[in-house]
Amino acid sequence: MKTTKEVYLDNAATTKTDPKVLEAMLPYFSEHYGNPSSMYKLGHESKMVIDEAREEIAKILGGVRPDEILFTSGGTESDNLAILGSARKNKEKKNHIITSKIEHHAVLHPCEKLEKEGFEVTYLPVDKYGLVNPKDVKNALRKDTVLVSIMYANNEIGTIEPISEIAEVIKNFKKENKTQFPYFHTDACQAAGYLNLNINDLGVDMLTLNGSKIYGPKGIGILYLKTGVKIEPLVYGGGQEKNLRSGTENIAGIVGLTKALKLADEKKEEETERLLKLGKKLKEEILKTIPKTFLNGHPEKRLPNNINITILDIEGEALILHLDQYGIYTSTGSACTSHSLDPSHVILAIGLPYEAAHGSLRFALGRYTTEEDIDYVLEKLPGVVENLRKISPTKIDMSKLKL
Amino acid sequence: MKNENKKNKRSESDVVSYDKKEKWVYTENVKDHFFNPRNFLTTDMEGKFKYNALGMVGSPACGDMMKIWLLVDEKTEKIKDAKWQTFGCASAIASTSMLSVMLLENGGMKVEDALKIKPQDIMERLGGLPNRKIHCSVLGDKALQSAINDFFRRTGQNDRIKVEGKKVIDKVLNVTDKDIEEAVLEGADTFEKLQKKTKVGTGDPVCIPEAEQLLRFYKEKYFG
Repeated sequence: MKTTKEVYLDNAATTKTDPKVLEAMLPYFSEHYGNPSSMYKLGHESKMVIDEAREEIAKILGGVRPDEILFTSGGTESDNLAILGSARKNKEKKNHIITSKIEHHAVLHPCEKLEKEGFEVTYLPVDKYGLVNPKDVKNALRKDTVLVSIMYANNEIGTIEPISEIAEVIKNFKKENKTQFPYFHTDACQAAGYLNLNINDLGVDMLTLNGSKIYGPKGIGILYLKTGVKIEPLVYGGGQEKNLRSGTENIAGIVGLTKALKLADEKKEEETERLLKLGKKLKEEILKTIPKTFLNGHPEKRLPNNINITILDIEGEALILHLDQYGIYTSTGSACTSHSLDPSHVILAIGLPYEAAHGSLRFALGRYTTEEDIDYVLEKLPGVVENLRKISPTKIDMSKLKL
Repeated sequence: MKNENKKNKRSESDVVSYDKKEKWVYTENVKDHFFNPRNFLTTDMEGKFKYNALGMVGSPACGDMMKIWLLVDEKTEKIKDAKWQTFGCASAIASTSMLSVMLLENGGMKVEDALKIKPQDIMERLGGLPNRKIHCSVLGDKALQSAINDFFRRTGQNDRIKVEGKKVIDKVLNVTDKDIEEAVLEGADTFEKLQKKTKVGTGDPVCIPEAEQLLRFYKEKYFG
């Protein structure tokens, strides 16, 4: 039964490094390995490379200042630095944070940590599509709010949040109250390569990106930090990255991330169009051929590469292991794959009833996904579902579910 | 048996939780019973299978549901046939499949012996389950108990029906020993975690020593 065919549909978890990216990185391991802080030529060369990278990224983010780009070890560190850094730096004056219930754990867990440090956190609900309502942000804003952190696009269900509208709400609040607070941060890891990354259009003060979601290397990320936004570091040492992130720069990673971001930006329109078409086929065929299935997330306001479908009467982990036998790699928000035995916080936040929350299946298409891959999934999936349903005593009446 | 042991060698991590907190591996034997389940009853055959005992536990909302049908010889009380259906993850499916194999071995197990099957016995035959999946084998055991109770009911032996006794530990919040058992199976390995899950002792602090004792008992029972 084991097959050699591999269909990787978990690009929201991580992506395969593009060969062009790898090629660009290689000289920075054993040829140009100098420490950018060193005075001699080898070190200076490294510094130049990093400066150029910062300039390129600044351009892609819509012409921001290169010194507003901080390199970190990845999306998780960037989120932590933005949240813990800005909250702790301003704790004398402000101690309230606003975020949403469907954020990534790299945002939720630092927020929980801050609660233990005495901060108050408002976790905004989302509607059944996973959308944050800007009005809810407006109502939650307080004079002591230091930070609002709302993700650009959700990693599980693909819903795109109204970032610029939320930014507008925050801008008006600042104007009315004559204050520079709250800061607005967004995690854009899933959005990169598909959505507009122009900082001015988005209206954010901080933005997280990482390499591993955009066909770049793992272990490298950036935090865009607007000039004037005050944060304190998480890592202390040699004072690199404007004293906000010490540690010898990961030059190969920086070069790789820059190349990856450039490629992703260049291919944005073309890839969006291609993946929308493939995703549409996948979604429509599944909903048509497999009974008792439905789409999670917003029907239109969603990432072009994300299809998240609930399949009733069967459990996600069992489904994933069967698909794995056919070389199809996907993921689930099922309880059985979580630590807590609760279904995913995102699936619960969009109000899916518990009995329907165990069978969500996420397909995250990507740069290497072909129509042949989609056809292969459509050929194998119905049989797997049928076999699992045959041995399942569960028969949910879909018409009675409150969806 | 020899073959089974060989299959029990663990391979690399098979599943990584979506919150990335934990990963777990399944033994070859678990995988075998998951991919090639034995003795299941397909939904289209449900009406056609002859049985005199039916048991069910769990619900789709909690993520696991099991149904077991038995055909018991009323004279010898040997289990002549056993079928099942399971909604759940790989270990839940494999546990029920293995349980059915155990029941039918050597011409069928007698019900009184079947009642002695413990979750650990199923796990042992599977070559072990990842710690956080142990509750799946517990469910299989409970579904069997419920089926055998049904057999006793149908054959007029009500005195043999075993009802799972619950003992209230925290009298104010009505937390039972079963709640504590569940919490331990879900990963509460310290009193702090147990209290977070069950609130035991916050209503009636007098019960804390007893709750701590139960925590130790269930930890040893399931995790050794």
